[in-house]
Amino acid sequence: MTTATLDLRRLGDVRAPEGFAGRVLAQAGMADSYAIFDTVLGPVYVAWNRLGVSAAMRSKSAVEFEEWFDHEIGRQLVRVAPPDDLAAKIEDQLEGNRRMRFDLRGLTPFSQAVLRKTLEIPRGQVRPYGWIAREIGHPAAVRAVGTALANNPIPYFIPCHRVIRTDGVIGNYGGGGPEAKRQILTLEGVQLKRLQELAESGLRYEGVRTTKVFCFPTCYHGRHAREENFVYFHDVAEARAAGYRPCKDCRPAAVA
Amino acid sequence: MEGAERVFERLVRDHQDRIYALGFALTGNRHDAEEVAQDTFMRAFRALCTYPPERVRELKQRAWLHRIAVNVVRNRVRGVRPRLVELNGSEPSHASGPEEDVMMRAEIDSLAARVAALPLRYREAVVLRHVHELSYAEAAEALGQPVGTVKANVHRGLKMLRGENHDNGDA
Repeated sequence: MTTATLDLRRLGDVRAPEGFAGRVLAQAGMADSYAIFDTVLGPVYVAWNRLGVSAAMRSKSAVEFEEWFDHEIGRQLVRVAPPDDLAAKIEDQLEGNRRMRFDLRGLTPFSQAVLRKTLEIPRGQVRPYGWIAREIGHPAAVRAVGTALANNPIPYFIPCHRVIRTDGVIGNYGGGGPEAKRQILTLEGVQLKRLQELAESGLRYEGVRTTKVFCFPTCYHGRHAREENFVYFHDVAEARAAGYRPCKDCRPAAVA
Repeated sequence: MEGAERVFERLVRDHQDRIYALGFALTGNRHDAEEVAQDTFMRAFRALCTYPPERVRELKQRAWLHRIAVNVVRNRVRGVRPRLVELNGSEPSHASGPEEDVMMRAEIDSLAARVAALPLRYREAVVLRHVHELSYAEAAEALGQPVGTVKANVHRGLKMLRGENHDNGDA
């Protein structure tokens, strides 16, 4: 008769499954989840929480990623199976068809402004560091922009690879060095060779004779112009003197 | 807020097994057990964030969590009937060990299923008293019922478990 009572006690010895505490903390927003995701660059570790994607890194191993995350972000991290739709979402994000949410807590307001502005650069285009500085209202803070982008915790997703130096040097890249940067830009359809040739001759802007509008090279507004209608300028003053106005889309100069 | 987060982290680590086991005994399967335990901790978290520090400090954590878990189960039973069978055995990471563990596991699962078949008011009383070995006073507190009611429900629940006939199941 007492066996039923005795047996019941065994139910109390059941233990929570592995990773349970981590999942609870993640749900409470106190831990981030992460998974490996395959990209054109190879495997990328991606972390996220309720507020959005919080980190992405090309780490050699899960341990390396966890250590990096602990050092940079300092929250708990829980490995989970990648959500089914993540791959498609990331692709849409990079195509510009979707605005993913990002968790940029912990970064300075300046860094956040830099990264949010970077998100506006369309795929296949590039902008100089100075452009970001001017657009966020700190035109002199070009170096600080460089630092903020170098410490981008979510490279690739926040396309800091689309920000390059005006002198045509590709610049460093937190997501895997200049080589990776070159590789992603090429995949996105940027003609790096042409960009570099222009930069070496000191030509920073590209105008179209028929529209009298000048753009950053790679801006898609000039894409239909005939080759012979392109003109190139060293600086904004030169372009304006020639009767050209800045493109309203890529804004190579403040648009009146 | 920072303080609440630290308290919560400890709370989860200290009580996860106990609350999961409680969920398991009350729902009869591991999937629902995890849901109940997660819900319990999430409610606890939301509450902790609103409590003043002294209240958090004086909290009798175990009793408090028991009470939340009981309420979580009560609320969900209104909507969802406990699932009797797990159709595909592919529960995510409920690590299963070597062979003998598998046997034990099957026994425990069938025991849990038998408990889960009890009407809720008997089930919760039996589980708190005999699975978690709370005193009648503690069980009564967690259930928000008079001690006499709990005693009667434990008694009837055990009787049903032993297969003795339940004369008036709708007391």
